[in-house]
Amino acid sequence: MPMAAADIETLIRTALPDASVRIDDLRGDGDHYACHVVSALFKGKSRVQQHQMVYAALKGRMGNELHAMALQTEIPASA
Amino acid sequence: MDSVKDRIETDIKSNDVVLYMKGTPVFPQCGFSSAVVQVLTHMGVKFKGINVLEDPEIRNGIKEYANWPTIPQLYVKGEFVGGCDIVREMYQSGELAEMLQTKGVDVKLA
Repeated sequence: MPMAAADIETLIRTALPDASVRIDDLRGDGDHYACHVVSALFKGKSRVQQHQMVYAALKGRMGNELHAMALQTEIPASA
Repeated sequence: MDSVKDRIETDIKSNDVVLYMKGTPVFPQCGFSSAVVQVLTHMGVKFKGINVLEDPEIRNGIKEYANWPTIPQLYVKGEFVGGCDIVREMYQSGELAEMLQTKGVDVKLA
C-alpha cells in the first residue's frame, strides 16, 4: 500500500522539527515521489548522512512501501 | 564470519568503482540503476556492475553494510558514494568527476 504525501511529511517533521518539506507526487500514484527537505540539522553532515537522517525518520519505509522517492536535502542559507 | 560482508568487502576493495544495481550495465532493470550506469558511461568510467537481483543475500547485505535502504549503490575505492539521487547531484555539480580524479580513477569527460 503506497504512502500518502502527508504521512511522509509528518514522519520527516517529527524527526526534523525545523524542516520545510516539499513533496511532489510525480505520477499521481502515491508511489513515485520527489521530496525536498530543508533543515539546519543537516549542517556539517555529508549528503549521505543527510539522506540517512531522512530515511531514519521514515522508519524503514524507504525501499519498502516507499518504492521510489527521489530525495534532495538542503541546508537553509540562514543556518 | 559473516560471508556476505566479506564478499562485499572483497568486491569493493578489489575494484576501483563498483555499482550494486538491479540488472546489468547492458540491461539495467530499474530506472534508477540505469541512470547511474548512464552517468558512469558518459564519464567514461570503468566500473564493475553487480546485479543484486541475482543475489538476494547481497541485495539485503549491501543495504545493511551501507545503512542505505535502496539500490543502486555506488562505491569508489571501497567507499560508499551514494544512490541515484546523490550520484546525479554530484554529477551535475561536477563533484563526481572531481572526486573520481582525486581518487585516481580515470575519467574521460565527453
